[in-house]
Amino acid sequence: MITEAVQERETYLNASYGIKSWLLTKDHKRIALLYLHTITFFFFLGGIFATLIRLELLTPKGSLVSADTYSKLFTLHGVIMIFFFLIPSIPATLGNFFLPMMIGAKDLAFPRINLLSWYLLVIGGCFAMYAMLAGGVDTGWTFYVPYSTNYSNTYVIATGLGIFIAGFSSILTGLNFIVTVHRMRAPGMTWFRLPLFVWSNYATALIQVLGTPVIAITLVLLIGERTLHIGIFDPARGGDPVLFQHLFWFYSHPAVYIMVLPALGIISELVSVFSKKPVFGYKVVAFSSVAIAVLGFLVWGHHMFVSGQSVYAGLVFSFLSYFVAIPSAIKVFNWTATLHKGSISYATPMLYAFGFIGLFTVGGLTGLFVACLGVDVHVHDTYFVVAHFHYIMVGGTIMAYLGGLHYWWPKMSGRMYPEGWAKLSALIIYLGFNLTFFPQFILGYLGMPRRYWTYPDEFQVLHVMSTAGASVLAVGYLMPLVYFMWSLRYGPIAGPNPWGATGLEWRTSSPPPAHNFEETPIVTTDAYDYAALAAMEEAKVG
Amino acid sequence: MDSHIQVPELQEQFETPAQQKDASTLGMWIFLVTEVMFFGGLFLAYAIYRRAFAGAFGLASNTLNVWIGAVNTGVLLCSSFTMVLAVRAAQIGGRRALVVFLILTILLGGVFLGVKAYEWNEKFEEHHVPGPTFHLEGTTEQGPAQLFFSLYFTMTGLHALHMVIGEGLMLFLLWHAYKGKYTPSYYTPVDVGGLYWHFVDIIWIFLFPLLYLIARHQH
Amino acid sequence: MHGHVDSIKTYTLVFLSLLILTAATTAVATIDLGALNVVMALFIAVVKMLLVALFFMHLRHSTILTKVVVGGGMLWLGILLVFSLADFVTRGWLPVPGK
Repeated sequence: MITEAVQERETYLNASYGIKSWLLTKDHKRIALLYLHTITFFFFLGGIFATLIRLELLTPKGSLVSADTYSKLFTLHGVIMIFFFLIPSIPATLGNFFLPMMIGAKDLAFPRINLLSWYLLVIGGCFAMYAMLAGGVDTGWTFYVPYSTNYSNTYVIATGLGIFIAGFSSILTGLNFIVTVHRMRAPGMTWFRLPLFVWSNYATALIQVLGTPVIAITLVLLIGERTLHIGIFDPARGGDPVLFQHLFWFYSHPAVYIMVLPALGIISELVSVFSKKPVFGYKVVAFSSVAIAVLGFLVWGHHMFVSGQSVYAGLVFSFLSYFVAIPSAIKVFNWTATLHKGSISYATPMLYAFGFIGLFTVGGLTGLFVACLGVDVHVHDTYFVVAHFHYIMVGGTIMAYLGGLHYWWPKMSGRMYPEGWAKLSALIIYLGFNLTFFPQFILGYLGMPRRYWTYPDEFQVLHVMSTAGASVLAVGYLMPLVYFMWSLRYGPIAGPNPWGATGLEWRTSSPPPAHNFEETPIVTTDAYDYAALAAMEEAKVG
Repeated sequence: MDSHIQVPELQEQFETPAQQKDASTLGMWIFLVTEVMFFGGLFLAYAIYRRAFAGAFGLASNTLNVWIGAVNTGVLLCSSFTMVLAVRAAQIGGRRALVVFLILTILLGGVFLGVKAYEWNEKFEEHHVPGPTFHLEGTTEQGPAQLFFSLYFTMTGLHALHMVIGEGLMLFLLWHAYKGKYTPSYYTPVDVGGLYWHFVDIIWIFLFPLLYLIARHQH
Repeated sequence: MHGHVDSIKTYTLVFLSLLILTAATTAVATIDLGALNVVMALFIAVVKMLLVALFFMHLRHSTILTKVVVGGGMLWLGILLVFSLADFVTRGWLPVPGK
């Protein structure tokens, strides 16, 4: 009977059929699914490169690939994971799907631009794939000059163009989100009633809009230097290679906040719903998202401590880098306070949230190590840095992304994933992750440089541990791929609000109708008002 | 909902035409901010290298024709004037005036681009294009002199590209204006197109003194 | 913005001011003011920019949000320029080789 009701009810999934209805859709929910497919593809592609890297590093001397090929592996791993997976991931999938619903809107402000954003990501991805298949690129994802302009014989320009185009995808998504949050909120949805996931996507959008254009012009100049030898980074003409680094990192540092801010927003949602408590210090957490976005733009020189930047600039950037840790720490404290005396449920999304909080804290604390100019002189370009950013990006962002996927899966698909398998894979991922990346802190501290294909024999034990961890991690990531797809046909049907959550997205059916709500909601309560939710449920039943 | 039937240009996701206009205008302003940051990287490079090589930059800059540059600046300012009059015409329902002013804007933009092409050609002939055939008389700092011209061509080239896109936008607006699509209750595309056009003008307002007027007191 | 129509007179005055300022900046450039030359050039350019933005782009009639957006853009350009230039300007301030 329930099955029949689902089949009769019109949802965004069955509102229209055929490939054109997907490729030419204006529905933010369908565009979110288009993105989901694209970024999942790029995630596993980037993962293949990671696998090859870890296999090569099992032995101290090169065994699997040549040194030149190894350079291509880590470059492609970085380029694909950062520009084609992490940057779009949460905003373009979960953000696209839920931001309009969370504010009570029918869609984003500019649905056609939203679709264009997806196409730009795909086209940019095609350029990157072409570069990959034609022979790869070996400059590192950072494209430092003069290697990338004068000496590399690989597909730098094609890759650069791919990133340039994908960058516009990111800019347009950010623009869309900003206008949407400012102008499309439902009646009664004031700024301080917004779910924290909206706040963090908004803050992310600010970074996308202000930072991405700078890497765009940087890539233009890089291509100009490489093809026309315009001399802008060439000391022979009076140019300065460090200028490239300033322009590159002006975007690429805030970019890491593009990658982590939406994740922080997800964790706020999960911690609240799975402890049945409003987020402690809501306003502070909201402002901390914006603070991270702003402060994140003032610290980029901490990537350049040993590049030839002036000592004074180094001092200023080091000092400011400590400040950017503060709003992140505030979030961790507030989540902890939220958990305190909450009614904790250990559903899969919450397991990911717990994992996130621990791993993000380790990543954040080690960030302070590298923010310190004196320490960074020793650990710069070692595996210590590699471990630091993987703790944030993988232990942080990817865990939060998976937590969010599990949390919102019933809403998006109308089906529940299998809880047992999900818990198991969360555990496997957590263990695999730590086994992969903790040894890398030690390796880096002991002096193992990054991007090196060979190493001294005494480092082998730690490398073998890391590779073993990577294989466990790979299994952990493949499991959700399988059971999410399984759940689409065989998963139990989900109701409108399986978690008892408060957001507007839970007041409509699972999956939602094409226009999100039958009637425009009128908001009268704060974001995490569980008491009001209970009263509303009671009123319905009574 | 009713507004959507009365006002066919009202897109589904918006409740009212005012909301749509507000959102579109805000969207264009945000886009212009991204353009500020995009050009900003070039202005940074310019600032660094002008500071480091003031002499060579001054010498190189003086080979540009300041009268042509100043007149061309005037031409572009004129086109901004005609553009704002076009928007005003749309606001008050003057379809004829709107069409005329859009045509004038397009023509003036064309003049600007034509003059630019002439200037670039002059640079090609004088061997001031960076590369193996480059030579600037009067200095041993040939490298930094080339840097000036690299910046000159990149900045004016990127600006010209934005002008060409602008001309395309204007043609689009002209076509629809001719068809009578814009009325006092719906002229958002004209408004938003105008914002883009004025922004490209503002970029030139900075490019002219920075590229042409570095060392005119030494001429 | 809905409803506020500026007069042709206003626009003409702004246009003529822009032309005069263009002539002014060209003329001032021929006088040797040392370091002030670039300051004057930028100052006049900023005034021209404000005229175009406030009058031609209707910024003076726009919402506070629009003004914040524009201000934010200017500020961010400032961050890019100032923090980067701070590196180049302070090189060699400390007697450390290579720095």
